Amino acid sequence: MSGRGPRVGVVTFPGSLDDRDALRAVALMGGEPVAVWHADPDLRGADAVILPGGFSYGDYLRAGAIARFAPVMEAVAAFARDGGPVLGICNGFQVLCEAGLLPGALIRNRGLAFVCRWVHLRVEPRPRAGRASGGPTDGEPSGDLAIGAPGEVLQVPIKHGEGQFVCSDEDLAAIEANGQVALRYCSPDGVVDERFNPNGALDNIAGLFNEAGNVLGLMPHPEHAVDPDLGPTGGQAVLRWLFDAARARARVAG
Amino acid sequence: MRYRVVLVVRLKEGLLDPQGKAVEGALPSLGWTNVSHVRVGKDVELVVDAVDEAAVRAQVEEMAHRFLSNPVIEDARIVEVAAEVAGAPGSP
Repeated sequence: MSGRGPRVGVVTFPGSLDDRDALRAVALMGGEPVAVWHADPDLRGADAVILPGGFSYGDYLRAGAIARFAPVMEAVAAFARDGGPVLGICNGFQVLCEAGLLPGALIRNRGLAFVCRWVHLRVEPRPRAGRASGGPTDGEPSGDLAIGAPGEVLQVPIKHGEGQFVCSDEDLAAIEANGQVALRYCSPDGVVDERFNPNGALDNIAGLFNEAGNVLGLMPHPEHAVDPDLGPTGGQAVLRWLFDAARARARVAG
Repeated sequence: MRYRVVLVVRLKEGLLDPQGKAVEGALPSLGWTNVSHVRVGKDVELVVDAVDEAAVRAQVEEMAHRFLSNPVIEDARIVEVAAEVAGAPGSP
């Protein structure tokens, strides 16, 4: 990785839509964007991976159900199991759930309608330490990183028809007990309440870590909220998490 | 042997089925006011070559579990397994 920003691979599936915005956001944040094709056998040396939004394979069968069998997904799964940071956005979140890299599933929005608007997200605390400020310290596993300061409110857009997060009661209990919730839909001043839940997601869950903390899926689109010339920049914190996780992992690897 | 199989996939009981809800909400406007508990699913029809029906069922159940349905949110049920008669319409 050296002195430059991390190499961030963005996977394009047939039907991906936000891959180019994700590549641009990575560059804007100082990372090195690397386009990865769904048929690639490896991740082209990426230090972190983004599965972008869109409608891979037309959402046929179920959103993300076919993309999870794309050749590159074997490399993504191996990378994730090895502690590599993976960010799934919208359709990418659906793919991660289908691939079993995150618990639960995303089903049609409670209100039936496709929702396309800005929302507020509250950053949830990570369980193991106060990583509220500053970057990771030497030797800190990437899984301990939070997206920002707990309680911080990020403004990021959503645009999805199937973003209602659901899972079994046991999975939900484990997710909450492990502090795996990354982001919750909230009011502009950070109040988490059903009124601010755009799709009926359980516990207002907008974003979710895996148990190890290196895989993050979220329905909102951070890649659309990084450029101050285009509006709010709540997405920067999410990309910063991805970069920090990649750096922390490189440090641990020596 | 060649078997035609129909698999029905539906959201689990207890999970809100927004499509079913939408259909249920529209029925009264057409005059059908006595309908409730509408669920909308999908069926997957396929033809499988295998030694016998038990092998077909085992294979389709595994396909349903690993790919054709998502067991986190859906139930899959084989509703039909029919041996195809050679020379019958639809068979090669």
